[in-house]
Amino acid sequence: MSLLAIQVLNGLQLGLLMFLVAAGLTLVFGVMDFINLAHGVQYMMGAYLAATFIGWTGHFVIGLGMALIGIMIFGLLLERVMFRHLYARSHLDQVLATFGLILFLNQGVKMVWGAAPLGVPVPEWFQGSVLLGDGILYPVYRFVIIGSGLLMALVLWLVVEKTRLGMLVRAGASNATMLSALGVDVRKLFMVIFAFGTMLAGFAGAMAAPILSVEPGMGDQVLILAFVVIVIGGIGSIRGAFAGALLVGLIDTLARSYSVDFMRLFVGPAAARGIANGLSSMFIYLLMALVLFLRPDGLFPARGRT
Amino acid sequence: MSSPLIFSTKRSSFWPVVVLCLGLALVPVVAVLTKQGHWVSLTTQMMILALAALSLDLILGIGGLLSFGHAAFIGLGAYTTGILIQEGKGDLLIALPMSLVVSGLFAFVTGIVALRTRGVVFIMITLAFGQMAYFAAQALYAYGGDDGLTLDGRSTVFGLKLLSNKIVFYYLTFACLAGCLLLLQRLSRARFGRVLLGARDNAVRMETLGYDVFRVRLMAYVLSGMIAGLAGFLLANHTEFVSPAYAAWQRSGDLIFMVIIGGVGSLWGAVGGALTYLLLEEGLSGLTEHWKVIFGPLIILFVLLTHGGIEGVVARLRDMMAGGRHD
Repeated sequence: MSLLAIQVLNGLQLGLLMFLVAAGLTLVFGVMDFINLAHGVQYMMGAYLAATFIGWTGHFVIGLGMALIGIMIFGLLLERVMFRHLYARSHLDQVLATFGLILFLNQGVKMVWGAAPLGVPVPEWFQGSVLLGDGILYPVYRFVIIGSGLLMALVLWLVVEKTRLGMLVRAGASNATMLSALGVDVRKLFMVIFAFGTMLAGFAGAMAAPILSVEPGMGDQVLILAFVVIVIGGIGSIRGAFAGALLVGLIDTLARSYSVDFMRLFVGPAAARGIANGLSSMFIYLLMALVLFLRPDGLFPARGRT
Repeated sequence: MSSPLIFSTKRSSFWPVVVLCLGLALVPVVAVLTKQGHWVSLTTQMMILALAALSLDLILGIGGLLSFGHAAFIGLGAYTTGILIQEGKGDLLIALPMSLVVSGLFAFVTGIVALRTRGVVFIMITLAFGQMAYFAAQALYAYGGDDGLTLDGRSTVFGLKLLSNKIVFYYLTFACLAGCLLLLQRLSRARFGRVLLGARDNAVRMETLGYDVFRVRLMAYVLSGMIAGLAGFLLANHTEFVSPAYAAWQRSGDLIFMVIIGGVGSLWGAVGGALTYLLLEEGLSGLTEHWKVIFGPLIILFVLLTHGGIEGVVARLRDMMAGGRHD
């Protein structure tokens, strides 16, 4: 039971981080029909910038703030220099060009920061653990991640559902051409969405930095999981991204933990961990295939999207 | 992406294919004469990846289906071969058919699910299936798991160690590549290829004409998977090593790029694209260990600046020359 509680918390934490990455991706995808494979490296850049700025300033919150501003500028630059020219292109061109960007940034990061993983200390305020009863300790910082993820989700929901900007975003996800015909500057709208989405991904990377190792290629796995999330949730739908992310986070964490125990019945511990890692990752993709087969538009498709 | 002119019957790709095949056939001779033995091994590697790119071009170029999990089939073929060799059943007569069957079956099952979807979702679902194969390979703890598996040797042929000879293996690979290239060229000009191409441009119209688009696509998908599985069989034998990295999504991305530089839909272009890609990789990695810093922007520039790849450039040149003659 206690193990279950910890695993559910871990799953929640992974799910919320995934949501932050997937939210930007699903909007970029939904509004501009643009496949951005480079969304994962934006997450990675967030982590690297946070590691650097926190190292410089020696202060977590200031470093995080600087990293967020940095990643937003980075996103806007990318949009200006490269992505803008790809909106009207085929998916094939978009996949390929952003694939090239991944190769470049993964290697570039290696050149600038080195191939060895960077460590980011857990901020002083959030060190230590919380007693969950039965003598189970859970690190405070992980609660901070869960809390900030939920807070971001709430802010995002308020913006998308309650503001004029959010209304335009929703309209864009349903039918961007129609929105443009009604006199809205869709390109400008997209720039805002893009910068915001990059910032969310960067924020996820920065928050994850103290508990994961910051290393080149760390965004690739996240990117593919984020794609799974938005396809399960329905492209262009924030609600879907939220549900999909929590589902993926929980299933991944629980499957990993329990398949280790299950495999231990048959093989030794090292082998069990190896096999379980592969098996639990397969679960997620099976889930995605199943959802797509039964509901090709995802669980919560954006309204009015054809 | 759609350039139906490439497939007009008047435009024959006979000569480029002949030049390409002759050139490849002569590589070992030249390499032996000039004592540059490593060229044989390098060119074998290139031809294996060219075979994989060729198989992708069948569904991507002619079928218009952007599969982002194509490396999975290479991985399946390679692992089937690798495991059989490790279990002492690595004879060509067992390993080759088994590799084809396994990759073909995987293509059949995943194709039934994936081909019901369109566009972006198809890209994502093939990516997901590719990742499944990748993690399945990682879970094969008894066969090396994450670290991969070094094989005891190459497949035998009727118990003979024929394939250990570099030159023999080179020509086996060459024969596979040339055979598949010819087969696919025939198929693309036959009704099967026409229907596939027609469905790329307008699936509804093909349905209305009475063709079962889903079935044709599934057949192409399975055939494509099997050819990639063949490439996997060759790759495992060539490197005498199998690893989950063979099925990694980056490899699928590389394959797409190979098809694109060659020009989507022209089969010999896919082969030329794969050769270009690997020569580029070889050249750049000789310059600096951080070659991807140069390679990534090259891909981006290529996409932004060109349409139709090398084949497109050749076709345009030919158009100009033909135009000159008619005027």
